[in-house]
Amino acid sequence: MNKSPNILIGSAHPRHKKRERADTRFRWYGLTALGMALAFLVFFFVDIIGQALPAFHQTEVRVDVHYSEAVKSNYNAGIDHKLRRIVSRAWLRTLPALLEKQPELIGQTRTEWVPADSRVDQYIKQHEGHGLKEKYQKTVDAMAAQGNIRQVFNAAFFSSGDSKLPENAGILAAAVGSVFTLLLTMLVAVPIGIMTAIYLEEFAPDNHFTRMIEVNINNLAAIPSILYGLLGLAIFINFMGVPRSSALAGGLTLALMTLPIIIIATRAALRAVPESIREAAYGLGASSLQTVWHHVLPLAMPGILTGSIIGLAQAMGETAPLIIVGMMAYIPEPSSSILDATTVLPAQVYTWSTESLRGYAERTAAGILVLLTVLLSLNALAVALRNRSQQNW
Amino acid sequence: MTTADIFLWFFGGLVPLAITGFWLARGKAVAAESAGSRLHSRPGFYGWYAVIWLTLPTLSVSLLFSMAHMFGLFTVPPTMLLVTALIIASGGLWFALRHIHPDFRARQAVEKTMRGLLLTAATVSILTTVGIVLSVIFESIRFFRVIPLWDFITGTQWQPDTAFLIGAGRADENVAPPLFGSLPIFAGTFMITLIAMLVAVPIGLFSAIYMSEYASHTARGRLKPMLEILAGIPTVVYGFFAAITISPLVVDIAHSLGLEADYTNALAPGLIMGVMIIPFISSLSDDVIRAVPQAMRDGSLALGTTKAETIRHIVLPAAMPGIVSAFLLAVSRAIGETMIVVMAAGLRPNLTANPLEGMTTVTVKIVEALTGDQEFDSAFTLSAFALGLVLLIATLILNIISTILVRKFRQQYE
Repeated sequence: MNKSPNILIGSAHPRHKKRERADTRFRWYGLTALGMALAFLVFFFVDIIGQALPAFHQTEVRVDVHYSEAVKSNYNAGIDHKLRRIVSRAWLRTLPALLEKQPELIGQTRTEWVPADSRVDQYIKQHEGHGLKEKYQKTVDAMAAQGNIRQVFNAAFFSSGDSKLPENAGILAAAVGSVFTLLLTMLVAVPIGIMTAIYLEEFAPDNHFTRMIEVNINNLAAIPSILYGLLGLAIFINFMGVPRSSALAGGLTLALMTLPIIIIATRAALRAVPESIREAAYGLGASSLQTVWHHVLPLAMPGILTGSIIGLAQAMGETAPLIIVGMMAYIPEPSSSILDATTVLPAQVYTWSTESLRGYAERTAAGILVLLTVLLSLNALAVALRNRSQQNW
Repeated sequence: MTTADIFLWFFGGLVPLAITGFWLARGKAVAAESAGSRLHSRPGFYGWYAVIWLTLPTLSVSLLFSMAHMFGLFTVPPTMLLVTALIIASGGLWFALRHIHPDFRARQAVEKTMRGLLLTAATVSILTTVGIVLSVIFESIRFFRVIPLWDFITGTQWQPDTAFLIGAGRADENVAPPLFGSLPIFAGTFMITLIAMLVAVPIGLFSAIYMSEYASHTARGRLKPMLEILAGIPTVVYGFFAAITISPLVVDIAHSLGLEADYTNALAPGLIMGVMIIPFISSLSDDVIRAVPQAMRDGSLALGTTKAETIRHIVLPAAMPGIVSAFLLAVSRAIGETMIVVMAAGLRPNLTANPLEGMTTVTVKIVEALTGDQEFDSAFTLSAFALGLVLLIATLILNIISTILVRKFRQQYE
């Protein structure tokens, strides 16, 4: 009898099971990796939101405020001695100015809800490391039992600048600084970026100089952001004399950093416009500039906008180069010009994170939450814009 | 008059003038057309021609004045500068208006200028590179005049504390010379980068393999943006997270295992940096894996291999240059990362192989040197630029190698 060929087919082969298991395992490696990345994302957001939410509430206490002539020179006189450490010093300091404005209050004693000291606030929120002394804890407990303590929405967080007292620290000054800085970045980086991309895609002859610019832009995109900070410090501040810590110095530095991102995105958008559009325009007698301006650019606009928004969002979250050009100054009041010292949201977050008082930790997290909300909305806007205007030629 | 006022007056004067110039010139061209003569270009081009003549000379003269001011050659009073600028603008307008007649080839003139402007914009990126290189190199040279290059590269002690005394001219014999041995700093950078890559490479690569080879089109379309959120989170946020949440976690776990750990350990920033880098590796690898031709997979599967075997033995080797280039880009991103290590890693240079000890990195030292209140000329401040130079060289080399690898991959398959 002829021997049948010694080939085992399909599942009969002894090694087949093993290979199949290896196959399934490999697929699971991929799923696990993705799962880990996404699990981190969830953990991260839950943790940050959990830390940030308490900051949106501020504790208030109901106390008797004595408005008298003495308060004008010594604001401590406005409140009973044993309550002085319970109420916010930032609020106490506003009393003399209030009396200047409303002299008719003098001589009255009124029961009012006023913001509590940050330590009391942290104690009420039962955070570890609140730092409230034992004897004040008893006072606060007694007040809470009488209903003299409540929590309200923390409006000061959005309406005040930085402060040395955590209960009074807010993001307004940093937000204004961010807007100034980003406006400058946009005004410088977007036009120059788009013009560079148009030149490289539509006009540049294929020579050494053009290739040098291309290689150079790719390298710039990979240079660490902190080196742009060194550039800003050495060129803009030390050489050109731009004021340190100003929105101008920060904006210019960020503009140079964002430039390659915008150039690369714009070039991709221009390249996606089919050649037939250009040829049709040339055929009707348009010049190269008219072709680009009237036909190619409008068609590429959604892609250019998407790239610009993503670049600006990245600039908005950038901290390292701005710290180098001095934008981590203590700024209690929003700045009014691009030459004033200012700070930006991420730098404010960094400054608060270095403070030791417990009250700043939750404000850091809250600042981060505001920053993330803005950035993720910007990115979502960019993605939506891209999806809506995606065209298949 | 403050600088802001000057800007306000300058542009406040120039912009209305430019708009008037445009309409004047265009109006003149339209009038000529309606008078029956045939224009060479569309009327708008005559308008733009006037705008160019109005703004370009003004801007160049102003630039010249500010350059002279910056180099300290001469300084003119701001009012004089404003008046000069506006006179030149009016002169340019008058000149342009005289040129406008039906035979004038305005379109060619405008296009030539525009092309020049586009080229000028393109050179800004080159100037940026030159600026970075020059600023870093010049200050580094000043640093290496004080501290020998060899000591900087091979020294194991980083003790710059006395540099400010020397900078202030208060040094005497009792003051020990400052030591700028950067080896422990490089070691810290290397360690944290290594930890980051150990996290990012497996997770990023396997995610890329899953997304490109297994996931359906819609699943991939959802998963990729979610992973990219990781890259969109600002680094200062990661830094806070590493310092407040992960670092204590690492210390607790180490203690429960009977190990000592610092709160400024290298593990926490390394892990978080790894997470930040995952999307860089996964997105780039995903692209190159998808660029491997389908025919290669089909051929392999037809020979009876399983899908995993095809990926391991056929697809990944083919995509390897692209994956390596993604890896190198990720390394360059990791060594240049600043905020995570500034907030979560240590300040003390420490030459150790134990990731649970505090370590510091190049970027931390740059920030430390430049945010202090020391004199700009002290060796301590200048050391930031020397470290920056090392960082620049390292990232440039990594980037160039990665570009070459990607080009090789493209030539092979695209």
